[in-house]
Amino acid sequence: MRPIRTATCSICLGAIALWFSAGAWAQGTVYVSSEKDDALTMIDLATLAIKGTIPTCKRGRHLQLTPERKLMLACSDSGVADVIDPATGKSLRRIPLGDDPEAFDLSPDGRTIYVSSEDDAAAVFVDAATGKKIKEVKVGQEPEGVKVSADGKLLYVTSEVASLVHVIDTASGKVVKNVKVGKRPRRMAITPDGKELWVTCELDSGVTIVSTADHSVLATLKFEVKGARAQDITPVGIQMSGDGKRAYVALGRANHVAFVDVAARKVTDLVLVGKRAWNVALDKSEKRLFVVNGLSDDLTVVDVPGAKPIKTVPVGRVPYGVVVVE
Amino acid sequence: MRWIVLAFALFAMLFDAAPSAAAATLKATLISPENDPRLERTRLERAYLGHPGGPAAEGVQVALDEGSFELEAAGAAVTLSAATARSIDSARSAAQAAEKAGAALILTDLPGDWTLAVADAVKLPVLNIGAPDDSLRQQDCRPRLYHVLPSERMRSDAIAQTLVSRKWSKLLLLVGASPLDQQRSATAQASIKRYGLQVVASKPFKLSTDPRERDLANPLLLTAGNAYDAVWVVDSDGEFARGLPYRTVLPRPVVGDAGLVALAWHAQFERYGAPQVSRRFFKAAKRPMTDRDWAAWLAGKTLLALATAVPKGSNGAWAQALAKTSVDGSKGVNMSFRAWDGQLRQTMLLTDGQGVIAQAPIDGLLHPTDVLDTLGADAPEKLCKAAR
Repeated sequence: MRPIRTATCSICLGAIALWFSAGAWAQGTVYVSSEKDDALTMIDLATLAIKGTIPTCKRGRHLQLTPERKLMLACSDSGVADVIDPATGKSLRRIPLGDDPEAFDLSPDGRTIYVSSEDDAAAVFVDAATGKKIKEVKVGQEPEGVKVSADGKLLYVTSEVASLVHVIDTASGKVVKNVKVGKRPRRMAITPDGKELWVTCELDSGVTIVSTADHSVLATLKFEVKGARAQDITPVGIQMSGDGKRAYVALGRANHVAFVDVAARKVTDLVLVGKRAWNVALDKSEKRLFVVNGLSDDLTVVDVPGAKPIKTVPVGRVPYGVVVVE
Repeated sequence: MRWIVLAFALFAMLFDAAPSAAAATLKATLISPENDPRLERTRLERAYLGHPGGPAAEGVQVALDEGSFELEAAGAAVTLSAATARSIDSARSAAQAAEKAGAALILTDLPGDWTLAVADAVKLPVLNIGAPDDSLRQQDCRPRLYHVLPSERMRSDAIAQTLVSRKWSKLLLLVGASPLDQQRSATAQASIKRYGLQVVASKPFKLSTDPRERDLANPLLLTAGNAYDAVWVVDSDGEFARGLPYRTVLPRPVVGDAGLVALAWHAQFERYGAPQVSRRFFKAAKRPMTDRDWAAWLAGKTLLALATAVPKGSNGAWAQALAKTSVDGSKGVNMSFRAWDGQLRQTMLLTDGQGVIAQAPIDGLLHPTDVLDTLGADAPEKLCKAAR
């Protein structure tokens, strides 16, 4: 056993030396929420080592950065959003979000939180300053993904059960359109030019692409992974590159992340990651993609230019969301 | 016959959400037994795993209630009527009355032979949510008879797969005396054979405290004298099986109708949005969602899938769509009806009654087309001769 161990260790030392020598990596932290730990795990962006954990509200799921660059974590069991200062690691305040909040988005000015309330089948508008509920819009059962248009005028909410994207006018709180998409729609991304809404559909092994101009379905992109059947390809997390040329989609049980050419609507690369790849985030340079793996309790770091996984970091139990702060 | 109309109305309240074209209403009728002995209070209180927890109509209604947005968006509508039957003949005439009244589908929560009588009495598709009998999927299968509830064979295949994954291959089989137990024991043995497990001994049991029958009734005596990895108990009634775990001579797990049981659903299932479904059901019915309730709920989901797929559909169009439809039952996979016997292919959950311990198909099991078809009678077995 000893010679093998030495060999492995020299490889890993080599790899660590390589990371350290690549000192060009920006200073920063990757934050990962986990459903069963009530804590955020912090990973150092340069060394990819775990720096520590921050206690949070209970059953933290969706995690985002606010316009003021604070961490906002929606907690399903506590029914609040925990606002955490990344500089100190301390909770600044907790904003009530109602029963069983899952995903949320913020108005461009950061004043309104739009949250999907799974139990009440509603999209809830919450005043971020006072924590007061402003509006509640009834939607299809098990609402999930929430996305606000860049101008803040429209709100998109998916219903997993009804397989719809509800288009809601944020001023009136009225549903202006229900768009039929693939089965079990989960998360959304809007192209930086604002023209297309990409919706991941977990039980459709694909993405439904919706025009934001007239809310018609433009195309459906189906994923294929060699050796996996369609029913094992369950896309959830999605992020677009800053220039809008590429989308990164986590393929769930297929244990891969797909790199998609947005204009061509074609998959260019598939990268093997951990079990049930769930949500994804890019660093600022867009050289690294962080993928949370819900069923292997870890996070895969993907080298974007090489389209290769470079490290797996164990994080909390049932990791869910990921955010990079630089 | 008593008719309860659980009407499901469509409101065109969103100005451009509901297409203006005239939508047809999909009518369905649920037939259940009158004074259902399975729902007697003392029976329900025991809450044996795999037994009904309440009326099937509750599950169907939860599905229809949660589908309102979907129906609105598609401009479709579904109505459900409920009928009861006191005998096989009255089940038959209830089905014929429903057909006459314009029903597109019939849902049955009935014994196996009643279900078959209903299927033969009408020209409509019948969704079976109450009878797990293998015969309805095999020698007595019918072209328009579909099964949402898993068959006995699917349940025993799920247990056998789990035993394989645990490498518990030597089994002591304990079987009750009723004809149903005998039949289900044959099914269990077919699964045991399919997955290469071994029965070291098969013994009959009897529910009794008579000292003269202690060899048949005492768990310690019944489980002595053999070396085995697990005890598989076949007890359709449930009382003997409930008392068996922790009373075996050897410290071995019990599977089958107690201990670890294979079901379509358990309210403690944590994945794929299942807790939300169980919670919605609990809110509406004030009781935990059983596997039977899930089957009823999924039948309602099937009605929604048909109505939204063919919103202007006729009864004929819906009947055609049913064979090709796929439904999301919150078990993480798309589910569809098998072309050879009309059984809904689905994941099975292995539960000890407290939580979900495992799922079947087990990891690593292979199948040429769909791994879900490792549960229940597969196409090459050709057990159903009826052309669909």
